[in-house]
Amino acid sequence: MSSIRQAKHQRIPAFLRSWGGVFGAGWLIFMFLASITARWWRPYDVAEQDLIARLQGPSSEYWLGTDAVGRDLFSRVFTAGALPLQASAVMVLVAFGIGLPLILIAAERGGRVEEAIGRFAETIMSLPSTVILLAAIGAIGNRIYPVMMIFGLLVSAALYRILIGVAKSSRQHLYIDAARVDGMGSIRVNLAHVLPSMARPIAVQAAIVYAIGLLIINGLAFLGFGPGEPQPSWGFMIKDASDNIFNSPWMMVPPGVALSLTVMAANALADALAGPLGIPEYTPPKRRRTISASPAQQSEGTDNLALSVRDLSVVVEGGPTLVSGISFDLRQGEVMGLVGESGCGKTMTARSLLGLLPAGVEVSSGSIIWQGRQIAGLPERDAIKIRGREIAMISQEPMVALDPLFSVKSQLTRPLRRFRGVGRREARRIALELLRQVGIVDAERVLRCYPHQLSGGMAQRVAIALALTGSPKLLIADEPTTALDVTVQAEILSLLRALVAETGMSVLLVSHDLGVVADICDRIAVMYSGQVVEAGTVAEVLEDPYHPYTMALLGANPHVADDAPEPERLAAISGSVPPPGNWPEGCRFADRCQFAASECSVAFEPEPAHVDGMSLCIRTGELRRTGAQWAPEHRGAELAVESEAP
Amino acid sequence: MTTTVQSNPPAIEVRDLVVRYGGGRRAMKTPPAVDGVCFDIAPGETLGLVGESGSGKSTIGKALLGLQPPTEGTIWLHGKDVTAASLKERRTLASELRVVFQDPYSSLNPARRIGQTLAESLRLIGIKGDAARARAITTLESVGLPSDSIERFPSQFSGGQRQRIAIARALVRDPNVLVLDEPVSALDLSTQAQVLNLLADLRDEHKLAYLFIAHDLGVVRFLAHRVVVLYRGQVMESGPVEDVTSRPRHPYSVALTAAAPVPRPAEQIDRRAHREALSVGSASTAPPDPKGCPFASRCPLADGQCHAERPMLRLIGGQRVACHHAEQVGVTWPPPPN
Ligand SMILES: Nc1ncnc2c1ncn2[C@@H]1O[C@H](COP(=O)(O)OP(=O)(O)O)[C@@H](O)[C@H]1O
Ligand code: SF4
Ligand code: SF4
Ligand SMILES: [Mg+2]
Repeated sequence: MSSIRQAKHQRIPAFLRSWGGVFGAGWLIFMFLASITARWWRPYDVAEQDLIARLQGPSSEYWLGTDAVGRDLFSRVFTAGALPLQASAVMVLVAFGIGLPLILIAAERGGRVEEAIGRFAETIMSLPSTVILLAAIGAIGNRIYPVMMIFGLLVSAALYRILIGVAKSSRQHLYIDAARVDGMGSIRVNLAHVLPSMARPIAVQAAIVYAIGLLIINGLAFLGFGPGEPQPSWGFMIKDASDNIFNSPWMMVPPGVALSLTVMAANALADALAGPLGIPEYTPPKRRRTISASPAQQSEGTDNLALSVRDLSVVVEGGPTLVSGISFDLRQGEVMGLVGESGCGKTMTARSLLGLLPAGVEVSSGSIIWQGRQIAGLPERDAIKIRGREIAMISQEPMVALDPLFSVKSQLTRPLRRFRGVGRREARRIALELLRQVGIVDAERVLRCYPHQLSGGMAQRVAIALALTGSPKLLIADEPTTALDVTVQAEILSLLRALVAETGMSVLLVSHDLGVVADICDRIAVMYSGQVVEAGTVAEVLEDPYHPYTMALLGANPHVADDAPEPERLAAISGSVPPPGNWPEGCRFADRCQFAASECSVAFEPEPAHVDGMSLCIRTGELRRTGAQWAPEHRGAELAVESEAP
Repeated sequence: MTTTVQSNPPAIEVRDLVVRYGGGRRAMKTPPAVDGVCFDIAPGETLGLVGESGSGKSTIGKALLGLQPPTEGTIWLHGKDVTAASLKERRTLASELRVVFQDPYSSLNPARRIGQTLAESLRLIGIKGDAARARAITTLESVGLPSDSIERFPSQFSGGQRQRIAIARALVRDPNVLVLDEPVSALDLSTQAQVLNLLADLRDEHKLAYLFIAHDLGVVRFLAHRVVVLYRGQVMESGPVEDVTSRPRHPYSVALTAAAPVPRPAEQIDRRAHREALSVGSASTAPPDPKGCPFASRCPLADGQCHAERPMLRLIGGQRVACHHAEQVGVTWPPPPN
């Protein structure tokens, strides 16, 4: 994200970093300058006839040959560029001059104003433009500029249709509202904020419309509605050449190439301005490193151990480590919470269990033993057998899991038929059952709904039903309630608890809210900078934290007991999580820790803590002896100038 | 808890505010986004506005800021009627009344340096050049950011830092009222605590009045003095934040307070049992009967009167409550834990 944004501020504009952009911009500028200056440097006058040298090919005298009356094609081709290049630019200016204000007004006002402008645009677009152009020529004669201005008016309606959506979504940015709150007037808001954010689509459309204008002007010239002899135009020169195609086929080449190159240049510029499509490039999954798990690890633990993660590391290929050597166990029917600030590696850990790491990110070492099998870095064709069937996932945004184009019914029945091998009717019956199981009362109605018709809480219920289609034994829930209201969150948590009791599945819950973890989890692993820094049962860790980071997270939570007074200040943790690749030696939390001492800066092993948990803090024993508590910062501490990196 | 001095007008006074989106006959049929809301905020006071999403919290903020014209009702700022202020009047108001939005990624123009964003706001009141620059730097430092931030772009800051920038942007005009629309909802817990502490410091330092919009009662309890609980655009309960959170008198407030999870497992087990015993219905999308109580379809106490007659706000104890059966709440309902 940030690299894309930053690229924008580099010196060379993005569109000039592709060959198409360089060619497009270069050729248009060259042709424009060459054609408007042609009268001063061309070897012959455009009307100068050499009747002896008619219909000639290229020669040292006539570089690009001559036409049927012996006029120099080189001089004529370059001179001819001036009119279309300028008239089309005028057309573009008129089109945007009319279109943009209408677009901005419609986007700002909305409602009836937008409706009226929209209807006006529709009306104009329904008019047959060729007929109008020819009628205009009939009325005002062969005057290219006025005719192209009329064409610009017609084009403005098309621009409205294309750009109104862009303008409306650009107005959704909160910085527009912020500017209005500043007291900025409507015109200024549009000029300073709305238009610049639309710059790219505007530039793309301008280049496309410009190319169309070039074609129209030369098309009219071909039909004889050009600048008129002896003034040259590419269109008429092409017409002339096609009349002489058998006598001198060469004549077609200079105007044909000039016109094609110029139109291609405008289109290439449009493509370059549009930039790469928003679709991420597909990188085929690399051959995974085979990771051997020692047999000792497989036999370890009790018989109901569902998942055992040992020394798992996740890295960006050729880049920094994201998760470094974490270990945890999950028993059948157990709910484990993975907590920590964003950027600590919670989601990467969760996704590595499913083999769903982003492109370029991979498990580099360690093992994931699922039901006695090593599944770390499994090839895609094997991972797909586990994903959805044995291990399923729900995420913060239920809408991501649901396809907007399909009804709830078809989204549920398809995986049901695949996972359970049932027929259509049976699949429908199970789908209804699943919806009822996730607490949806009017399951019949919801089955017919499309995702956009569901509220956030309802969509998350449907996403959970979808995750249940494969009867998974492990559900990975990545911030499943963060986007929901507290009342809805409480309902979803109750639902998850009921499902665990009913189906005996295990849940790995990723969350940054310790309240959510306290509500539903049996065990907890607190992550910081790619490591587990404290683990144990929820009761132990949250009631009596060993690690300073856990203490700090608890202190930052404003939910005090009902009868306790609200603290004057919350125990904020100054600074922020160091980015991967920038982790300090020794304790990674040292920069932000109130108890950091010299011994913290060398590497150390985790200390056993709680009944069968751990704490990754070298001062654990000492801090417990002295009963250290994370202190809220003093007043004004937040005002101290920070120098941390983002 | 309220410190309203009679001689001074409130910083904000809102009476019978109604806001409808869209126009025409169809809009008149759907219930308004904000329906008859009244509240005051004294100078230096923080009023929390809570409710689930879609309850109209942001719409009230927008109406105050002039971003959404009210359909009915009046808004006073320091005793001056600003309900229909013109753009020119808004420009002067803009120095007194500022905003911080929820999404720190959308609220800063990505193409502008932080300095430009702050200077743009100052230029509107005629502060330019070096004076603007100096003021921008002082303000950024006052929210805990280094002075060289003015040369940087929003993409170079983390979410919490951007929210500090948004706060600086609000403070740079030296206002006395801030609308905070879920300013910490998008932040991590630890960053949230930093920003909440900062907001508390700034309020005490500059005697700022806050309209603090949030959906998390824990957060509201930390920052606010008084709270208004909103449901479907209507005020269900309002009063001192301690009273409303520890002794809610409206069934919806009871449900809201019970739903927030606390990070203490033993206590949370009791709270969960308590919440499940409430048997408050889950949110439905069906529009409520306009004649009755908006909460009736979910309320375990609802009876014939509730469906037939819209309850008015009544003063009970220290709170104002819109419920026919408020006297039962906390007495015969919710059921005592067994
Ligand atoms: N621009 C808009 N146009 C139409 N309806 C809107 C608009 N913004 C909000 N609403 C509707 O108004 C109601 C209140 O919304 P809002 O004030 O955003 O609530 P909250 O901030 O409490 O989530 C909701 O029903 C919402 O769908
Ligand atoms: S090792 Fe040192 S710096 Fe790290 S958490 Fe423990 S006391 Fe703090
Ligand atoms: S008025 Fe009736 S329905 Fe409404 S909250 Fe009170 S008891 Fe419930
Ligand atoms: Mg809102």
